[in-house]
Amino acid sequence: MLEQALNGLQFGLMLFLLASGLTLVFGIMDMINLAHGALYMVGAFLAAWLVQLTQSFLSGVLLAVGLTAVVGMLLEATLLRTLYARDHLSQVLATFALILIINDSVRMIWGSDLALSAPQALSGPVQLLPGLLYPSYRLVIIAVGLAIALLLFVLVTRTRMGAWVRAGASNREMAMAMGINIKVLFTGVFGLGAALCAVAGAMLGPLLAVQVGMGENILILAFVVIVIGGIGSVWGAFVGAILVGFVDTMGRTLLPHLFREIFSPQFASAAGPAVASILVYVLMAVVLFVRPQGLFSGRS
Amino acid sequence: MSFPLVKSLAALTAAATLAIQPAWASDKVKIGFVSTLSGPSAALGVDIRDAFMLAVKLNGGKLGGLPADVSISDDQFKPDVGKQLFERYVKRDKVDFLTGVVFSNIMLAGLPEAVDNKTIYLSPNAAPSPIAGAQCTPYFFAVSWPNDAYHEAAGQYATNLKVKSAYLLAPNYQAGKDSLAGFKRFFKGNVSGEVYTKLGQLDYSAELAEIRAAKPEVVYTFLPGGMGINFIKQFMAAGLNKDIRLIQPGFGSDQDVIRAVGNDMLGIFDTAHWGLDLPNEANKKFVAEFEKEYKRLPTIYAAQGYDTALLIDAAVRAANGKIEDKEAMIKTLKTVKFNSVRGDFRFNTNQYPIQNYYLREIQKDAQGRLVNRIVGQPVLTNHGDAYVKDCPMK
Repeated sequence: MLEQALNGLQFGLMLFLLASGLTLVFGIMDMINLAHGALYMVGAFLAAWLVQLTQSFLSGVLLAVGLTAVVGMLLEATLLRTLYARDHLSQVLATFALILIINDSVRMIWGSDLALSAPQALSGPVQLLPGLLYPSYRLVIIAVGLAIALLLFVLVTRTRMGAWVRAGASNREMAMAMGINIKVLFTGVFGLGAALCAVAGAMLGPLLAVQVGMGENILILAFVVIVIGGIGSVWGAFVGAILVGFVDTMGRTLLPHLFREIFSPQFASAAGPAVASILVYVLMAVVLFVRPQGLFSGRS
Repeated sequence: MSFPLVKSLAALTAAATLAIQPAWASDKVKIGFVSTLSGPSAALGVDIRDAFMLAVKLNGGKLGGLPADVSISDDQFKPDVGKQLFERYVKRDKVDFLTGVVFSNIMLAGLPEAVDNKTIYLSPNAAPSPIAGAQCTPYFFAVSWPNDAYHEAAGQYATNLKVKSAYLLAPNYQAGKDSLAGFKRFFKGNVSGEVYTKLGQLDYSAELAEIRAAKPEVVYTFLPGGMGINFIKQFMAAGLNKDIRLIQPGFGSDQDVIRAVGNDMLGIFDTAHWGLDLPNEANKKFVAEFEKEYKRLPTIYAAQGYDTALLIDAAVRAANGKIEDKEAMIKTLKTVKFNSVRGDFRFNTNQYPIQNYYLREIQKDAQGRLVNRIVGQPVLTNHGDAYVKDCPMK
């Protein structure tokens, strides 16, 4: 049980890294960025490449995070900036095209997949309690995820830049009227979002496949998280991500057991996995029904 | 003599020439190649294509003595696109052979186009059970292996090891259920868990915790593509490989997966009909030439693509280039001998192969690279499929 709780927490924290960037971009710039998942992929590929090049996991990952932030800011400054004034449909179309372009560019540079392994010291499990073995690398992910979440909170709630970001999220026109340099702020936020993507991509690389198309799978869950949490709210993204992580992990383990207790074995084996896989979306539907703006909306 | 008469005479002569043309041998062999060449699963289709074209190149651009005209298209991993491409090749381009498709669902969408228009499809991969059984057709040849075969061989291997408990995991869709059914058909021990996960699931931590609690001797998974890469990485990180033996179907731990996972793959067992080190001349040549041409080691998919080209080459040569007579060509394809990279095999009455299946283990080769090496005697010898009895063809 405890092991599953840790699994849920670890998955949730990684979703949070993706969703926090997405929710800020969506909340502040009112921009639907489908290519967010592509930045996650770029981060993972850069990490895999640089770890190999530098022969050091830490420096490879740090370099990848920095480079991905630069890529994100370049994208924002050259291309995405022109889309802010457009409607959501144009943004979806343009950023979807961007996914295809980035996917094929990555394939041209590195091929369709790269290997990325955890450092040797972290490759095995550790004993947390008698009878409870847990992969040490997943513990590192939890620690990194919690540390970044904390940093982000301090950044958003305690610093001037955070105040600008919150002002931008709650009322863009008023923030501009108060003299905040929106252009620079937007580029900065986009870079931050890209860096968070890269952290998630690089940290998950040793657990998941570093391959073209990896971003699309996880992007859907990240959107579910920000819809549950409320668009534009970092705190909402955190609660939403942890909730999704737990519901998904617990649903997959407990639900089939529960079904086997209640229903016939044939029905349970067919319905258990099916229901478990849609549980996250049921959660989203319930949240939308009770609070259409999400649990914690960043907008006024 | 008025001009219209000359014209119509000329037309008549031309028509007569066209009408009698099939009696002559063709001047080239036209092949329509449809495969998944873009998107996350592109690596498989690319390997089939590269190996097929390698065989054509090594033959001096010819198949069976005729210049090979191979037209290649990308099905984009979409059944409807695949179907359109089949239709185009069959109706507009009037190709002699169709081939290329990786995935069963795409192949099944396109196949009726080929069958209805009497065009032969040679499958370099997908070989689903319906076409082996009641829906078998003379226009379909599986040059690869029946979809269940790797799983049956894995089940047999677990039985040979006298494994008492096995834990099975597959995505919750038809091919996932078929694969585990194939394993169970040949596994005599106890199945301690049979879990179906969401297709495309990323994180298997919850399932791995269940496996740790269930303490099986063997874990068998059917998780194609990225799912398998994720599972293997997480299985190793959880330290489960110390007490539990992980068995994979051959494509689940082939070169493409090794490239993505890295050193953690060492010591994994899988079952396949082909291996890099199968000791026959055709295979030695294939592996060496493939590596020389593309700077990477071939996968099972590549071996299948190469064999498909060799089969066409042998059949066209045996027919002396007379490829228009479909009935005769089908008969030739069924019986013609060629030096397959997998060694000897023959077609069953349903035109699915009867062949050997081997156990392979991932080891380091002389250059320190991770490769699949064949271990011991074949797990299944001269093995067909369970569906041939439902096929009316004799």
